[in-house]
Amino acid sequence: MGLKQKSADLKKRMREAVKGGGTKAIEKQKATGKMTARERIMSILDNKSFHEYDLFVKHAGKDFNMDKKYLPGDGVITGTGMISGHPVCIYAQDFTVAGGSLGWAHAKKITKIMDHALKLKIPLIGINDSGGARIQEGVNALAGYGEIFYRNTRASGVIPQISVILGPCAGGAVYSPALTDFVFVVDKVSKMFITGPEVIKSVLGEEISMEELGGARVHCEITGNAHFYAESEEESFGQIKKLFSFIPWNNERKAESFPKRGPKTRQYKIENIIPSDPRQPYDVRDVVKAICDDSEFFEIQELFAANIVIGFSRIAGQTIGFVANQPLVLAGVLDVDSSDKAARFIRYCDAFNIPLVTLVDLPGYLPGVDQEHAGVIRHGAKLLYAYSEATVPKITVIMRKAYGGGYIAMCSHHLRADFVCAWPTAEIAVMGPEGAANIIFRNEIKNADDPDEMRKHKVKEYKSKFANPYVAAAYGYVDAVVEPFETRNFLIHALQVSGSKSEFIPHKKHGIPPF
Amino acid sequence: MKENDVLTKKIKKVSYKSLLIENIKYRTTLTKKYQSRKPYEKKDIKKITAFIPGTIRKIYVKTGKNVKEGDRLLILEAMKMKNELLSPTNGIVKSVLVKSGDLVSKNQLLIEFK
Repeated sequence: MGLKQKSADLKKRMREAVKGGGTKAIEKQKATGKMTARERIMSILDNKSFHEYDLFVKHAGKDFNMDKKYLPGDGVITGTGMISGHPVCIYAQDFTVAGGSLGWAHAKKITKIMDHALKLKIPLIGINDSGGARIQEGVNALAGYGEIFYRNTRASGVIPQISVILGPCAGGAVYSPALTDFVFVVDKVSKMFITGPEVIKSVLGEEISMEELGGARVHCEITGNAHFYAESEEESFGQIKKLFSFIPWNNERKAESFPKRGPKTRQYKIENIIPSDPRQPYDVRDVVKAICDDSEFFEIQELFAANIVIGFSRIAGQTIGFVANQPLVLAGVLDVDSSDKAARFIRYCDAFNIPLVTLVDLPGYLPGVDQEHAGVIRHGAKLLYAYSEATVPKITVIMRKAYGGGYIAMCSHHLRADFVCAWPTAEIAVMGPEGAANIIFRNEIKNADDPDEMRKHKVKEYKSKFANPYVAAAYGYVDAVVEPFETRNFLIHALQVSGSKSEFIPHKKHGIPPF
Repeated sequence: MKENDVLTKKIKKVSYKSLLIENIKYRTTLTKKYQSRKPYEKKDIKKITAFIPGTIRKIYVKTGKNVKEGDRLLILEAMKMKNELLSPTNGIVKSVLVKSGDLVSKNQLLIEFK
């Protein structure tokens, strides 16, 4: 055979392999509103940047007549490519080939591209669309999952890892996404659970649909397993590209800087956003938008534990991780879910050299038996741990209420914020005036002729003495009291002077956070 | 992202509720999760409930029977395990609300003592 013939042979082999599960299976995939694995990769990556590897890998099944079957690429496509000019490693499970089931060779392809990502120090994107373990391959399929989990953990905090759930992702398979940094889901397409509706029905007699059990909405709103919700695959890919504009390739780099742009001050006037009465709500995301470049805020987990807001934006062109209490939802309290949500985000920012800005306005912790029994002590502790542990620049803005334990937890000086500024409207106190007056002046109130009148009087007295930023400022717990409109300038300067911050960390293998 | 814009626009129309924290009433919205939380109920030692959903396999007691603490009450099979439920107290059985073969849900009342 000459080169010509050999080339023709190669082309024929490639055509065969690229077809995946064949026309019928592809039609079936499309009928459910899903793209094919290859289309997904092409839509995420820059045009013509995808380079595929291991196209000719053969599956390893020997039992149950599997050795006679041809599974193109063994049900997964792997390769490298670019997103907005930045390199990434990517794999996409191909549901049209044996239901995207994971066998030994399938897993081997994934772990190979994962090893590449870690060695090359570039991000990893995994697209999940799989019926689960390939049962015919038995324990080798389990081994494959284990090898993936191990690599996810090793790469955690070194390279960004994101998971896109575009189909079923059930049983053991869910733990790879759970170990990665961000999980993207699409309405009606994504399904994640450990045990499916059928098992639940047969064992427990409880009936539930797949969508209600582990659909996109459920994981964005209730479980917190997913971070980004989209209504279509295209929308999801847009979110992925956006995310990559905010984060660095690996933990030794900084996120790309962009030209500095002012906020849209006509739309977001900082003085007009916050009601002076600390009991009245507002949307804290408007404050973020009034502060950051171009008023652009990329929110993460917006549907889960909405009483705290997390996400990326830029200040003077530099990526910033924002953590902010949200008075609009549950008065912005800390609870099990919000502590967990914020703590993980703080650790992400710390791992990837992204400075943290914390906006504080909270009444404290959510009271309730359900909260106590759900472990608000250990979950709440995650937030203290994450802030204390973080060594990236940490800047805190106390806007209104900062009461009690909530004050400490929200990146106070005591947890080593580098700069804390407070607005003149700030109330930094051991608890809210009503609660404090009831305890401090208990006897005066009880013994007064008119206890209610006395209580009101004492609350007012406490308020005028302690409901301000100056008591904390007198002890140096607040570095500066600034007017709201000066906040952006304060932050720009604070970030500028924190550019080469380095902190001493006692030598340890790793800490023991209250997981 | 779409969600975000919708939410921002909706704010003015949102139905606000109040939330009491340390004697201060805050005007805010409540989450679905918060609203659907179950109020705490004190455990009644005289009511035997299913700690897990499953199937009743055997019942050892009848109405009117005098039971001692630690006596076997019934077998509740769940997750392929046969769980023996023992009496947490001395007492007389007031009623048995299930029969062998019944599928029971979590926290369903099974036996009541007088």
